[in-house]
Amino acid sequence: MFNFSKAAAGGFAAIFLMGSCAYAAGDLIINLDQTDPAPKKAFEDIVSGFSKENPDVNVIVNTMHKEGYKTSIRNFLTADAPDLAAWYAGNRMAPFVNAGLFEDVTDLWEEHGLNEQLKSAAASMTMHGKKWGVPYTYYQWGIYYRKDIFKEQGIAVPTNWDELVAASAKLKEAGITPFTIGTKALWPTGGWFDYMNLRVNGYEFHMDLTAGKVPYTDPRVKATFDKWSELVKPGYYNKNHPALDWQDAVPNLVQGKAAMYLMGNFAVDVFKNGGLKEEQIGFMQFPQITPGIPMAEDAPTDTIHIPAKARNKEDARKFLAYMARADVQTATNITLGQLPVNSGAERPEERILQQGFDMLSNAYALAQFYDRDAPAEMAKAGMEGFQEFMVKPERADAILKRLEKIRSRVYK
Amino acid sequence: MSQQVAASASPQSGGTFSSGEEVRTRTSKWIANQRRLAPWLFLMPGALMFLVYVIAPIAQSITISFYDWDGIGTKAFIGIENYIELWDDEAFYTSLYNNLLWLVLYMLAVPAGLLIAIFLNQTVTGIRIYKSLFFFPFVISQIVVGLIFSWFYAPNFGLFTKLLEFLGFEGIAILADERFVTYGIIAAGLWPQIAYCMILYLTGLNNVSPDQIEAARLDGAKGWKMLWYVILPQLRPATFIAVVVTIIGALRSFDLVSIMTSGGPYGSSRVLSYYMYEQALSEYGFRMGYGASIAVVLFAIMMVFITLFIVRMLKDERGSY
Repeated sequence: MFNFSKAAAGGFAAIFLMGSCAYAAGDLIINLDQTDPAPKKAFEDIVSGFSKENPDVNVIVNTMHKEGYKTSIRNFLTADAPDLAAWYAGNRMAPFVNAGLFEDVTDLWEEHGLNEQLKSAAASMTMHGKKWGVPYTYYQWGIYYRKDIFKEQGIAVPTNWDELVAASAKLKEAGITPFTIGTKALWPTGGWFDYMNLRVNGYEFHMDLTAGKVPYTDPRVKATFDKWSELVKPGYYNKNHPALDWQDAVPNLVQGKAAMYLMGNFAVDVFKNGGLKEEQIGFMQFPQITPGIPMAEDAPTDTIHIPAKARNKEDARKFLAYMARADVQTATNITLGQLPVNSGAERPEERILQQGFDMLSNAYALAQFYDRDAPAEMAKAGMEGFQEFMVKPERADAILKRLEKIRSRVYK
Repeated sequence: MSQQVAASASPQSGGTFSSGEEVRTRTSKWIANQRRLAPWLFLMPGALMFLVYVIAPIAQSITISFYDWDGIGTKAFIGIENYIELWDDEAFYTSLYNNLLWLVLYMLAVPAGLLIAIFLNQTVTGIRIYKSLFFFPFVISQIVVGLIFSWFYAPNFGLFTKLLEFLGFEGIAILADERFVTYGIIAAGLWPQIAYCMILYLTGLNNVSPDQIEAARLDGAKGWKMLWYVILPQLRPATFIAVVVTIIGALRSFDLVSIMTSGGPYGSSRVLSYYMYEQALSEYGFRMGYGASIAVVLFAIMMVFITLFIVRMLKDERGSY
């Protein structure tokens, strides 16, 4: 009996040790939110490249559905932390940084010269004077349009607001909805507000607003809404957009029922899968509204972080350094169809990406996105307000008043 | 067992009397208190579970509702500030109003269920198949019901839109219109709920005594009078359960709202349970304290109904003995 129990204990200990070995020595656990084919492939390539250079590290990747990931990250960061976790730059990482759940990686930035190489994204990764992760990709936002429809209707690519409104009027007359959008998930409205506000009031004002320094009842915000209503009131958006997801709005563009779509570059893949040919898709910068205001753009950055409770921080740092490298970012972003953050990475070959790359290189400044620049609670209420405005533009004042009430509470 | 031990021990030693006495008193103590203790012992496992999984979480929710907490950082005690904010929160009143709408309209499931049950309560060949077909919506998950109905209402290809267009009306996107969205979701919820009430009434109808019906018939009762004065009183237990499950169903209407609209457009189809989830646990929700305070309000509303049921049930039980 005694022997047996001793043997059993030994066995258990062995199993336990093996178990803990599997999670302690050479293993690197990464939690990712990318389930689409292209991003998945990109990460597979990163992992195999990293494993080749570090054969002693065994990388384990857990992939979760994007929306589910956004809620589960809170659980696994506190309870069962992986060694690396994908997330987003800007204010979106603030709750985790403030709760001490992300590891400070300022030393890594200095050691590998990332302050220079990743300079464009440095500000959005900095909080309390420290760096909290590494950006690996970003993408442009802008208006994607049907080249063939524009040609058919004799419309030139608008370069300012009046031209855009005139083009919309012409399209509407021809029975084509100027803009398609699906606002069920709310965030597509954030893109519209960002661009309207960036073009009407400029980057500094927009950043002050999302940082809570300006009240929503400020006449300048009202001015943004007034401009926006020039598209909303005549019905230049597709009807029923609150019932649609952003993908549901794509068929309008593909079938030629709508001519333009303000979106991020990830949409191009969906357009093509939907049946649009390469030469039918055009990309334009969101046109100027207030003359003289320098053009800033939305360019959301996707990032990767080390949780504070990670077990294998040493290898995690190696992995971060690897992902930050110019050659790796070049390869990754070719697969992703997006833009590398590292300034030493190669320029993309693809036409629309190149256009975006040039636009962002010349941009006055880059905003992340409304729901990444503003704190979560404000973002939710704000985008709900934008959606309501896009259905009931006459309620603009009431909406702004409500947003102001929330702003004064959120930023204490 | 202890008596056996006492009996076998006594012949062996001289001083058996006193020890046997001792055992006997212990035994009689147990016997004396057995009836008093046994119920508690039997209740213990259940009571423990109830304490851990029901009472403690309620207490915890109430405690959290006095804090400002993002779920991961440090908690800050803020007293009743969450409730003060709730008092002045338009979204909260929208949810409350929608909850009321749910409660009232969901009640339609009870008469509708009764109607179908009476209709199906006949002996025709294959009636079992028809019954199970009518029961079908209750068997499928609420999530699937939500999905089916969102396709039904879909603005471009949905059957409902096509139907309206066929009848010469312009198609309405029910789920995108703040005026209709809650009604649209309630209609989706009624579909399985009617089936549930129907099955409750079908079992109830099996127990309706044929003698009474015959007697009523001899007295010349038929149609509405028969239903109202003879059948319905006998269905009272079924009605009671149907009302209870319908009220509870209306108050916890979460899945349909979540799957069909996520509370939209711009929050106009939110109900309290969804609003609570949104504030505390969703993508943008980092306000455990505020979410908990909504949960407490929802709990208070449910408590009203639960108390009514319990009082009623106690009365019935006392009356029947």
